[in-house]
Amino acid sequence: MADPVAISVNQVSKKFGHGKDAFFALEQVSVDIRENEFFTLLGPSGCGKTTLLRLIAGFEHPTTGHIQLRGEEISHLPPFKRPVNTVFQNYALFPHLTVAENIGFGLEMQDKPAAEIDSTVAEMLQLVQMESLRDRRTDQISGGQQQRVALARALAPHPRVLLLDEPLSALDYKLRKGMQIELKRMQLETGITFIFVTHDQEEALTMSDRIAVMNKGRILQIGSPTDIYDRPSHRFVADFIGDTNFLDGELIEANSEGAVVRLSSGKTVKTGPTDAAANTPVSITVRPEQAVLIEDLDAADLQGTVTNVMYSGTDSHFHIELTSKEEFVAKVQNAGPARRDWQTGQTVGIKFHSHVLQVVSD
Amino acid sequence: MANLHAAPVNKGKLFSIYKLPGFTFIAVACFLMLYAPILILVGYSFNSGSSLALWEGLSLRWYFAAWENETVQGATLLSLVIALQAALYSTVLATMAALGTTRTRPFRGQTAIYTMINQPLMVPEIVTAVALLIVFATIKQATGYQGLGFLVIAHTAFCIPFAYLPIRARLEDMDTSLETAAADLYATPWRSFRRVTLPLLWPGILAGAMLAFVISLDDVVITEFVKSAGQDTLPTYMLGQLRRVITPEMNAIASALLAVSVLLVSLIFLINRKKT
Repeated sequence: MADPVAISVNQVSKKFGHGKDAFFALEQVSVDIRENEFFTLLGPSGCGKTTLLRLIAGFEHPTTGHIQLRGEEISHLPPFKRPVNTVFQNYALFPHLTVAENIGFGLEMQDKPAAEIDSTVAEMLQLVQMESLRDRRTDQISGGQQQRVALARALAPHPRVLLLDEPLSALDYKLRKGMQIELKRMQLETGITFIFVTHDQEEALTMSDRIAVMNKGRILQIGSPTDIYDRPSHRFVADFIGDTNFLDGELIEANSEGAVVRLSSGKTVKTGPTDAAANTPVSITVRPEQAVLIEDLDAADLQGTVTNVMYSGTDSHFHIELTSKEEFVAKVQNAGPARRDWQTGQTVGIKFHSHVLQVVSD
Repeated sequence: MANLHAAPVNKGKLFSIYKLPGFTFIAVACFLMLYAPILILVGYSFNSGSSLALWEGLSLRWYFAAWENETVQGATLLSLVIALQAALYSTVLATMAALGTTRTRPFRGQTAIYTMINQPLMVPEIVTAVALLIVFATIKQATGYQGLGFLVIAHTAFCIPFAYLPIRARLEDMDTSLETAAADLYATPWRSFRRVTLPLLWPGILAGAMLAFVISLDDVVITEFVKSAGQDTLPTYMLGQLRRVITPEMNAIASALLAVSVLLVSLIFLINRKKT
């Protein structure tokens, strides 16, 4: 974890347009991305993740703020002077060049000797398992193969950082799963820092070392996939990644270890740490699979009536209307020890293990 | 989605231009008006007799006559020299203009510039011709220069929009992310242009150059006004001849010009079709 910082983004804002039409695609964004890291920018479309990627690549320049590559200021360098390469969403392969010429393009532009270009191209073709198609034109190969060529082309000049702009979004499900594994393998093999942009939360969770969740031009939370999933900082983060429940409560006390919150039922529960002030109303999030349904209503943190049961093979989803009229969904593994066949209309108690609850800011 | 797309197709059948009364007749009449005179001209260029109205037999006599006519040779050579230069210069300028209007950030007056580039298509040719005549006459008087330069400049000027349109169309079709990708892969703007933009733009440039060439080759009005003594191009020579005696030699020359034009336009069509 002590790897040095590869890309440092410091207080970067990006404004597009002028006057009345002006809007900020990015506002005061700061993030440090480490060497050898698989770092994902995750968010819905229009959240600014692609703008941040384009700023790092050099296709756009920040309105304010600084971007550094290994401590060296690069904010105002043109893209062709940055040791950073991009895999484009539409691949952007050169249609008038062969597969091998596409892969060698970056080295050719760096005026590398022909022998070096040849050997690197051969190495890259092997890395992406495309040796047999080296002399094909790029419109004569399939979408998945184009994807590999785009990847090889961006990796061939051995960039410090590889930027990937939703590179898997055009592939079908099976191909995408395969490429996810391969991308991860290539990142480990080459040791290059990958900055990956996606709106697919599952993709982000499975591939990343760390994730930055973005919305409306801001980074809301940066953390490992487990941090993001188990300890979301914002309502948006909890909602965007996986299914979740929100509960109203009042913060009683908080310190660096955790916090105590009074639920609508009057019961107090422990949550993860929060910055919110004591004696203020807060929102709490809890994942459907983190709630335990029990019969003993006195021991329960919340209680309610089952309104709907949805059986989906491995799990059952129980929709519960709490006494406070809030909606709650609990997910129970059918093969697990907690299985009970709760019926619609039945009153049920909900119990939380300590620290599965998280206070989220809006 | 399928239903949404199907709807307009069905609707189109309710109103079909082909079903309007007299459609076929009008269409055929128009094509006849356009092409019958040309076909007759081409036909009579192979006439062996010297009459323009009486068919006397098949022969290439007038083609040989035109071929051996030294005045025709001179005019043809001059036409080619002017057309080649005008095509070259106007294509270079049009390429730069097309790059300037498609590959830069939008700037104030972009529409105005676009309109100005295409102005020669709209301004009556006779207006341009008179204006050029006045300007060039002044320069001729002041400098004493009587050379081909004036004709080359004039032809270059009115050929620019014809070269510009196909080049611009091609640039607009091109995916700009290719140039972004080139810049990402260490290509300076110039090398990106040489290695990516230009090779992909080439069919558009070729089409633009050929169109400019044909337009220059065919021009009568501006040439007639701008030329100095003894600078007859093929079309102005023909115009001069028609004022005196009409011989079938004219038919032969016109047919040859037509053949060159048709050939070039077909080539342009083929080049543009190949891209897709």
